Amino acid sequence: MKKFIPHLVLLVAAITVASTLLPTRRKTDFDLATFGRLPVLVNGRLKPFDTVARTSLLVLQGRQRIVTPDGRTLTPIEWLLDVLYVPGRADIYGHFLIENQEVIDLFSLRPSEGDGGKRFSYAQLAKGIGELDRQARLADEVEAPLRTPFQRQVLRLRDRVILYQRLQSTLKPAGESADFFAELRKLEKTLPASIAAVRARQRGEPHDEAAFKSMMELVRKFDVMQSTAYLITIPPAGENKDLNGWKTPGQALVDSIDAGVVDRTVLAYAALGYAWHAGTSASFNEAAAALHERLEGAYAAALAKSDVEARFNAAQPFYTSMVLFVLALLAALASWLIWPDVLRRSALGLLAFAFALTTAGILTRMWLEGRPPVTNLYSSALFVGWVAVALCLVIEAIYKNAVASVAAGVVGFCALVIAHHLSMGGDTMEMMRAVLDSNFWLATHVVTIAIGYGAAFLAGFLAIIYIVRGTLTKSLDRGTADGLARMVYGVICFATLFNVTGTVLGGIWADQSWGRFWGWDPKENGALIIVLWYSLVLHARWGGMVRQRGLMNLAIFGNIVTAWSWFGVNMLGVGLHSYGFTDSAAFWLVVFGGSQLAVMMIGALPLDKWRSRHALAGAMASIQPPVSEEQVAPTELACR
Amino acid sequence: MRPLSSILRFFTSLQLTVGLIALSIVLVLVATLDQVNLGLLAVQEKYFRTFVVLGRLPNTDIAVPMFPGGYLLGGLLLVNLVTSHIYRFRFSWKNSGLMLTHAGLIVLLVGELLTGLWQRESLLQLREGATRRYSEDFNHNELAFINTSSPQHDVVVSVPETLVADRGAIEHPQLPFKLRVIDYMKNAALQTREQSPHAPATVATAGVGPRIAVQRLKPSYKSDERNVPAAFIELSGATGPLGTWLVSTALEQPQQFTHDGQTWKVALRSKRYYAPYSVTLLKVTHDVYPGSEIPKNFASRVRVRSDDGHDDREVVIFMNNPLRYQGQTYYQHQMNKAEGFTGLQVVRNPSWALPYIASIMLGGGLAVQFAFHLLAFVRRRHNATSLVLAT
Repeated sequence: MKKFIPHLVLLVAAITVASTLLPTRRKTDFDLATFGRLPVLVNGRLKPFDTVARTSLLVLQGRQRIVTPDGRTLTPIEWLLDVLYVPGRADIYGHFLIENQEVIDLFSLRPSEGDGGKRFSYAQLAKGIGELDRQARLADEVEAPLRTPFQRQVLRLRDRVILYQRLQSTLKPAGESADFFAELRKLEKTLPASIAAVRARQRGEPHDEAAFKSMMELVRKFDVMQSTAYLITIPPAGENKDLNGWKTPGQALVDSIDAGVVDRTVLAYAALGYAWHAGTSASFNEAAAALHERLEGAYAAALAKSDVEARFNAAQPFYTSMVLFVLALLAALASWLIWPDVLRRSALGLLAFAFALTTAGILTRMWLEGRPPVTNLYSSALFVGWVAVALCLVIEAIYKNAVASVAAGVVGFCALVIAHHLSMGGDTMEMMRAVLDSNFWLATHVVTIAIGYGAAFLAGFLAIIYIVRGTLTKSLDRGTADGLARMVYGVICFATLFNVTGTVLGGIWADQSWGRFWGWDPKENGALIIVLWYSLVLHARWGGMVRQRGLMNLAIFGNIVTAWSWFGVNMLGVGLHSYGFTDSAAFWLVVFGGSQLAVMMIGALPLDKWRSRHALAGAMASIQPPVSEEQVAPTELACR
Repeated sequence: MRPLSSILRFFTSLQLTVGLIALSIVLVLVATLDQVNLGLLAVQEKYFRTFVVLGRLPNTDIAVPMFPGGYLLGGLLLVNLVTSHIYRFRFSWKNSGLMLTHAGLIVLLVGELLTGLWQRESLLQLREGATRRYSEDFNHNELAFINTSSPQHDVVVSVPETLVADRGAIEHPQLPFKLRVIDYMKNAALQTREQSPHAPATVATAGVGPRIAVQRLKPSYKSDERNVPAAFIELSGATGPLGTWLVSTALEQPQQFTHDGQTWKVALRSKRYYAPYSVTLLKVTHDVYPGSEIPKNFASRVRVRSDDGHDDREVVIFMNNPLRYQGQTYYQHQMNKAEGFTGLQVVRNPSWALPYIASIMLGGGLAVQFAFHLLAFVRRRHNATSLVLAT
């Protein structure tokens, strides 16, 4: 019976994963899925409303979950519809994250008044917006690296408020406009007469003064919408596929007045909003379907991509993978205590599944973006974890002792957690700035370096397993220890190869775009330090200066070196590579460095303090003679 | 033990390699952190392009060696590498990858040294429609005296800013007057006297100097700020002083004066490098992604005309796509679309190809080396498995 457990585990994992791919069924008559898949243009990219909803929520409040004051949980798309169309509802949602007490004080609020002590509604902030703006202008004048935590938080909140206000004035004028749809319908009827009035006045002839005034009032309103809108929702007429032809609803309305006809797409969006406000699902669904149809001609490809992206968002493959990595880790750890074979194979199965899922996720992102896998810090975290897990699968296939599965579980999980925290900045598929806009270099330099990082971390985590098992458990016997040492050495060689290659490729890219191969820029120096570190490790080993334990500790220090190069140098705020960074990361980087040093200290304990000292006893014999044949690198052999 | 062989052993030892690498890591790390204070250029001079890193004793101006510099560590690594290969290594196929890697490293280090010695960077700034035959190095200035008396050609005598900074008297056979630097400021702010009526009196007696108030500023090391140097120079001929001029890079036009019936111009300006061809800026393009401020592309369309008349063509220079022409490389560096302005980084580096060669050797060498490791590992596993099966 026991031998079927691995298959059973795989089956359950498969069913769970498959269930995330199915469209979610909710108890609502509104066809939210169709609306969520409509593409809009934001920051140079066509993306579905669903992505806009999720990234806006992340930017505003640091998570996608939103609960109304009366305790209802909203889907991101329901939340977005309220923000876009029903300010009366959205203004009382607690979706402004404020993590600084002094900033909360600006609004004369107490933390207890906020959701979870740190999330506040627009209504709560409304009175203090003027003061926030004044503080933000003061903070603007201070250079970014010199800003206090208060100033940074003020600026961030100001940006959040602006994003919210811009979302609100995208599809209708800001504030509670009585009924924008009716207003547009009326405009449609009166437009010819109004235009005649305006023309007559321009010629100095008698005209309908009331019609002229209401016309001017409308134009002013549309102008405000045009200058503040966040989403560009209106495609150009006909088969025009140029993204530069897309307009905000405000601009489309201003142009409608010139053309003498109200834009159909703007009307459809207004109708949809009216239906959502009024709660009439039939007309909502009708308007959403009409919008879908409107885009089907010239934007069939964009619609298909939007479809996939919305489905991808809902499936959350990286979140599911995170869970699978934890389960794999637990199974692999348990396999060292009971049912070694069954649990080891279950762990491997779960791991393979999580790996397949992250692979699918990364491939989907690549297809959506039309880019190589790594384009920013977020995707680098995904990819670094993916590389480490891939290497683990290979190692586990060779050694079959669950060691690499444990490492894969930890590294895979951590990489996805880091990626999750890096996604708070908003859209993770933003367009590439001019200097980075080169698929060739992104595919070579960036990918190679990321593979090097992944391998470096894997070597470090395998070494941690060696130290922890050796000092805290009695399970590290000679065979396992030697196997681990070979894994770490092999992975270090792999990491060195890719870090060296990636770094020189980076030099060549720099020579192509900036005119110098090497400029001592912080990011370049970080990469150089990694290369120097691993060449030090290899030479120290070849020279017999370190043995097994020394190699482990050097590999663990490699974690600090790599983390510093990956994130630390960006925090200096100087140099050509200092794009896109978050500041709370500094704290976690220090914590990580400290934890690695702590493990190294434990690893440096004398062997007789290790709990595995008896299991390792064979080691004493093999440590005494100069070096065993296996540990000698080819250089040494050649030198003899 | 004979001293020679112990010296040899020291220089070929892996311990030295590891020690030098460790010191290099510290050097690079400290230099990176110090960029926040000093900026990129000063850091390179202080840490890398030097044999020793000098520090100052607290509250004094006394320089003391603190740490080995880039040249010393790089040089020792090179010696270590070369002697090891001569005395310790013997060629074998198993070893070939390592030797190739090390050879690549040597090429890389030498290339970096040559780059440090030979590379020259300057900037070609142009507006649409403008033509220039020279580029400017804004990190280095020169005090230029231009004799414009001859209708055929100008005679230019240029004094490097470093000499001016040393103050004191300067003479040159082609200058019919003596030059004495009264004061020099590495960074200064210039205002007209109307703008700052309470400024102290000036020592300037000639040119625009008397009408301008100069305020000494702290030198800036930020990469996006540029120092504005200024100096007061006194010129004296055979008959006595001619006057004291204020010169500064902030003064756009050279100041003119006559001496012995000849017309001279004087200016403190960015160092210029002249080329035997001209570059005309035809058009700048700056695209952003639709509906965003994210830059998609910066491009400059230029026309290059050589003096010998063999070349006259149009080229587009954009990010990641420089123009290589007559030993110089032009990179898209700055742009202001609204003003039709572009800044092209001009780099002359005769050793530019070495890093490319080194990269191929390094990558290839490591790949070969680790492939041997992997093969040996696989073979050993294979033997071990067959051993298990056999028992």
